Amino acid sequence: MSLYRDEGVVLRTMRLGEADRIVTLLTRGHGKVRAVAKGVRKTTSKFGGRLEPLSHVALLCWKGRELDIVNQAEVTEAFRTVREDLSRVAKAFTVLEVADQLAQERHPAPRLYEMVLGALRALAADDSAMLVAGFLLKALALEGSAPMVDACASCGAEGDLVAFDLLQGGALCRDCRRGRPVSPAALEMVRRVLGGGLAGVLVEPASAVTEEVAALAGGAMEAHLDRRLRSLHSSPVG
Amino acid sequence: MASGSLLQALVDELGRLPGIGPKSAQRIAFHLLKVADEDARRLADAIVDVKERVTLCSRCFNVAEGELCDICSDTRRDGSVLCVVEDPRDVAALEKTQEFRGRYHVLHGALNPIEGVGPDQLRVRELLSRLDDEGVTEVILCTNPNLEGEATAMYLARLLKPLGTRVTRLASGLPVGGDLEYADELTLGRALEGRREVDA
Repeated sequence: MSLYRDEGVVLRTMRLGEADRIVTLLTRGHGKVRAVAKGVRKTTSKFGGRLEPLSHVALLCWKGRELDIVNQAEVTEAFRTVREDLSRVAKAFTVLEVADQLAQERHPAPRLYEMVLGALRALAADDSAMLVAGFLLKALALEGSAPMVDACASCGAEGDLVAFDLLQGGALCRDCRRGRPVSPAALEMVRRVLGGGLAGVLVEPASAVTEEVAALAGGAMEAHLDRRLRSLHSSPVG
Repeated sequence: MASGSLLQALVDELGRLPGIGPKSAQRIAFHLLKVADEDARRLADAIVDVKERVTLCSRCFNVAEGELCDICSDTRRDGSVLCVVEDPRDVAALEKTQEFRGRYHVLHGALNPIEGVGPDQLRVRELLSRLDDEGVTEVILCTNPNLEGEATAMYLARLLKPLGTRVTRLASGLPVGGDLEYADELTLGRALEGRREVDA
């Protein structure tokens, strides 16, 4: 067995046996890694609270065939402001769930890794209404599945785009319209997110438009993953 | 061979228990074959009795051998303080401290949006109805100090505070017998935050 060093964000944990946990991490160099943290559930564990979901940790792991074994872990960022605020925790759950779904085991995804870290840092700094939607849209763009919002996704006509359909992959003009109706303001916000204006969008206050974009981005990600995002539907806040 | 298949059935059943692999299952099965009849029967009876008679307490959802659990039916317990835990095993752990004289409420889980566990999957509504019925003045949130447990505690606090109940959270800090050097930042930070005046 070989020992390796990496850094990662803990996405989720699962109980294993009497006192262990399987920790799923998104690492910078090894992609998604599942590793056993031995004895982590005991109060005297050397890991303590370091391997809780959301923690950004520096790691030393033994490489195993399927599951690795965590040897040492040191917290780089604990994201305490996120943990201690219900509304932010709910958003973070969605970021972690999506990252878990998108990342492949042992397949490095440095861009996704940076995006997850960036999203958590932004969330730690400010509880933005657009954080989850911004992350979802950016992640979709990274996957090559960003919704088409500049021209009609069906006929290519520019001009009045009035509807949004997930099967067509974007906004539709009056002639091709199907799916749900969409407001020009929401489309403009999606354009800003995808066009490099994310920082400006994140400071927008919550409104009907941000809600519309959030629903649109959530739906687009669920269509891309072909599964429901549980954290979007069983959120503890509202 | 009939006896072989009977024995195999026992091995298979034992092998389904948590933490018991096929080898251990076989060892236990052969051990049971050797022990005295009454010993084996006692074990079988214990399993059957537990399955038939142990249910959930209708008030606090702890394990019980009747309508109410021992704690809920004990009139000496203080009904004004309610300790909210995730699991019946947590009740056992808290009882061992012999520090708590109030009653419990078992949620049977913690909020975990990624696994699809929301407030509706927990015994939250039952908790709210108990507050009025039993004249509860303090609720102690004793969910686990992990991400899911903390989220549950925050959710409950948000729900209970407006009702005028005193809501407290179990302290979080260094384990007795632990080593400061090996404490993680989150725990140590909280321990520092929750420090107490020393009585001299």
